[in-house]
Amino acid sequence: MRKARYIGINQLRLEDRRLLTGTGKYVADVRFPGMASAAVLRSQEAHARILEIDTSRARALPGVLAVFTARDLGGVGGIPMRLAPREALQKCFQKPLASDRVRYVGEPVALVVAADRYIAEDALELIDVSLDALPPVADLELGRSAGAAVLHASLGGNVAEHIVMRVGDPEGALARAPVRLKERFRIQRHTGIPMETRGLLAAYDRGTDTLSVWGAAKVPHFNRQILADLLGRPETSVRMIETDVGGGFGVRGEFYPEDFLVPWAAIALGRPVQWIEDRLEHMMATNHSREQVHYVEVGVRRDGTIEAMLTRAVHDMGAYVRTNGFVAPERAAAFVPGPYRIRNFLAEVDCVMTTKTPTGSYRGPGRYEAAFVRERTIDLVARELKLDPAEVRRRNFVQPQEMPYNVGTKAFGHDVIYDSGDYPRLFGQALERAGYEALRAEQAEARAKGRFMGIGLAPFVEKTGVGPWETARVRIDGSGAVAIYSGVTSVGQGMETVLAQICAEQLGVPPEKIIVRHGDTAEIPQGAGAYGSRGTVTGGSALWDAAGKVRDKLVRLAAHRMEVSAEELELRDGAVVLPGTDLSMSFRELARAALPGQPMPAGMEPGLDISAYYVVKETAHPYGVHVAVVDVDAELGVVKVRKYLIAYDIGVAVNPMLVEGQLVGGFAQGLGGALLEELVYSDKAQLLTGSFMDYLLPTSVEMPSSVEVLLMQEAPSPHNALGLKGAGEGGTVAVGAAIANAVEDALAPLGIRVTTLPLSPNAIFELIRAARKAG
Amino acid sequence: MSQRVIRLQVNGQPREGEAPARKLLVDFLREDLGLTGTHVGCEHGVCGACTIVMDGEAVRSCLLFAVQAEGASIATVESLADGERLHALQQSFHECHALQCGFCTPGILMSMLAFLSETPAPTEEQIRVALSGNLCRCTGYQNIVRAVQMAAARMAGK
Repeated sequence: MRKARYIGINQLRLEDRRLLTGTGKYVADVRFPGMASAAVLRSQEAHARILEIDTSRARALPGVLAVFTARDLGGVGGIPMRLAPREALQKCFQKPLASDRVRYVGEPVALVVAADRYIAEDALELIDVSLDALPPVADLELGRSAGAAVLHASLGGNVAEHIVMRVGDPEGALARAPVRLKERFRIQRHTGIPMETRGLLAAYDRGTDTLSVWGAAKVPHFNRQILADLLGRPETSVRMIETDVGGGFGVRGEFYPEDFLVPWAAIALGRPVQWIEDRLEHMMATNHSREQVHYVEVGVRRDGTIEAMLTRAVHDMGAYVRTNGFVAPERAAAFVPGPYRIRNFLAEVDCVMTTKTPTGSYRGPGRYEAAFVRERTIDLVARELKLDPAEVRRRNFVQPQEMPYNVGTKAFGHDVIYDSGDYPRLFGQALERAGYEALRAEQAEARAKGRFMGIGLAPFVEKTGVGPWETARVRIDGSGAVAIYSGVTSVGQGMETVLAQICAEQLGVPPEKIIVRHGDTAEIPQGAGAYGSRGTVTGGSALWDAAGKVRDKLVRLAAHRMEVSAEELELRDGAVVLPGTDLSMSFRELARAALPGQPMPAGMEPGLDISAYYVVKETAHPYGVHVAVVDVDAELGVVKVRKYLIAYDIGVAVNPMLVEGQLVGGFAQGLGGALLEELVYSDKAQLLTGSFMDYLLPTSVEMPSSVEVLLMQEAPSPHNALGLKGAGEGGTVAVGAAIANAVEDALAPLGIRVTTLPLSPNAIFELIRAARKAG
Repeated sequence: MSQRVIRLQVNGQPREGEAPARKLLVDFLREDLGLTGTHVGCEHGVCGACTIVMDGEAVRSCLLFAVQAEGASIATVESLADGERLHALQQSFHECHALQCGFCTPGILMSMLAFLSETPAPTEEQIRVALSGNLCRCTGYQNIVRAVQMAAARMAGK
């Protein structure tokens, strides 16, 4: 590669100006004359038979245009899975409106369309629903027991899927191991909570038979296919349009019941319909995530070397299987081994249906859970053997000469194979940067004074740049401007800037001058989207290829016109120039020269408009280490994160400033999961934390004063031209693990064992009280 | 529900609209006055995305009815930039990468505008406390704190 000019610089974001001046357009900002507003009636019962829905009073309210129930939708099918479809899971798909039974609090039962949202909400109160209550299934472990009510009769029970991943001889190796430990770990239900709730605006044009849907996010092309299939329309008659998106985090942009209902209502009523989820709906309607229980057994040698690790886990699917409902349980199983050589391994996961909000992916799905289980286990081993937890980790790392390393587990049926990296080296660099030895000395002093200071370590390996493929198209338009049409989408992470930088590198045009288009399926007919830390890796690789081909064509065309050799030419600020002369052709001139009928080199096709695909054959695996330093106030139960370090090797950082932004922001979400956030259900499966008054997100005062990022670029991926690995989730995945390890370390003098999250003041207080009682 | 006439100053201009008594100020600003830069994040006064400056104080426009703003003087995010020139706060947010999805950003800018007018030379601790009424899910706040520090210095230097 030429010396990089735009890749690797801290380019300020191209998105910022509109977002800072209030001129961005989120879906609620798109408004049409004659637009109607929709509101969804949601079940207030966790599990019940629907006896009758009487909408007559609601329909009679002035301003109400229509009230729809399942009967009006005809035989519409269930919402299919986007990822990893499996036969048993299909029995648990959700229909857009409940017809005979409701299975969670928040399940859509009816849709009101009215002149405005205020009237629509009035009408919700006038719908009379009679229900016959059924027993709830609130607990994931009780859910799989024989006596539990069954949610989906055709499944025959509540276990929708049983995942097994087996490497070597786990039971035998465990039996032979000189030291064996076991523990139960629990990760609580929590989720992404983007600051912008979901929303849609659909408009149907009868003349051209075109349905347009604003508010698509994350995966507009997949959703277009699902919507077209459910409506029985050709895909091309459905146009999905991505607006500015107020955060995704895995939950936003998947296909939900409303993604069918709102477009369907727009067609049925022949006028634009907008639905903007309110926050109270969001808490019960948008995917939850993370809830798992693991029963872990580990067998080790006395030096800390792991002989066998087994986890038998339960994953809470919620009431229905959502579009990406299989990702978290499968990834959890696949990523428990993490950066360690564990040649005898077993993960079994029961995916259990419960009468709670359905679950899906949340930033680092399965890996947050896996890291907590694995790194807690390593610390338990260290304590048992009276070894430094850093030393136990060193003794188990996969070594650089073992790369590529086949873990033996699977993700979407593909072997998990780590592509590159030196895990022990990065671990050493992280400990050195954190001042690990000095911290241990400081801890000893603190303990002598009766203070509770703890240090937590959590190395991890990520999976990024996931498939199946991505597209990019680069075009030099008639005015000479460079336009990118990308199949990836933006959920606020700065995708436009990163794509512009990659294209700028090929074409020698500053990023600010490049036009980046994405997310409108009429402009970009194919694409995959933004998930699994893939945008830069897959969209960037496709773009690198397309822009490189445009570059070659520009140069060959200019060489032909100038009658010089292509090797002598350079690209500079929107022109192809012959250095040392005044010979130059602007992109505008070249665009004209590339029109059909113009003289061209033999065999060259007209046009400066080239598309490319990047097909993912192997995923890219960045790796990192989190180091947490905490002080615990044993009287208040408050954990203060004094210092936090994230060391992360992502191969190549296109924009280090944005990568750091991803890591620090990702950390804040991980911290919420570690200390604050929990979607609590009563034993009747009623959601108790349905607002920001009781579901607590981290604020500026919970964050440590400085989260330090050690961004490394030593191990590029061999699987793409630029060596890219994804950066979106590595800030999040190890936080629960590192904080839990630090808290247990801080409270070690009291003999406390941390096995559940979140570590709220209540939880810490209870841990201390229980330990004091026992002691 | 009967319509009420509401007259107020918005971003230095006299504005007038009609709305039912129950209409939230944020909906009035967005739907009736077309100022969609002010966002709705929670509708229960916790997230701060809808923060505007009303008669010199930062307030949550989801906790007020439009009729309560009768006669008030309101500033929204649309008032900050001077033509193409960004306000010091906006410029500092841009340079410090203090926004990602940008949804919470207008509310944070308006909160910080009111805060800096009362506390022109804040400590980091003061900034964090002032910022704690605004939720951001993307950035982890670190760069926002830096941006506010930078803006305070720039505004003091003016």
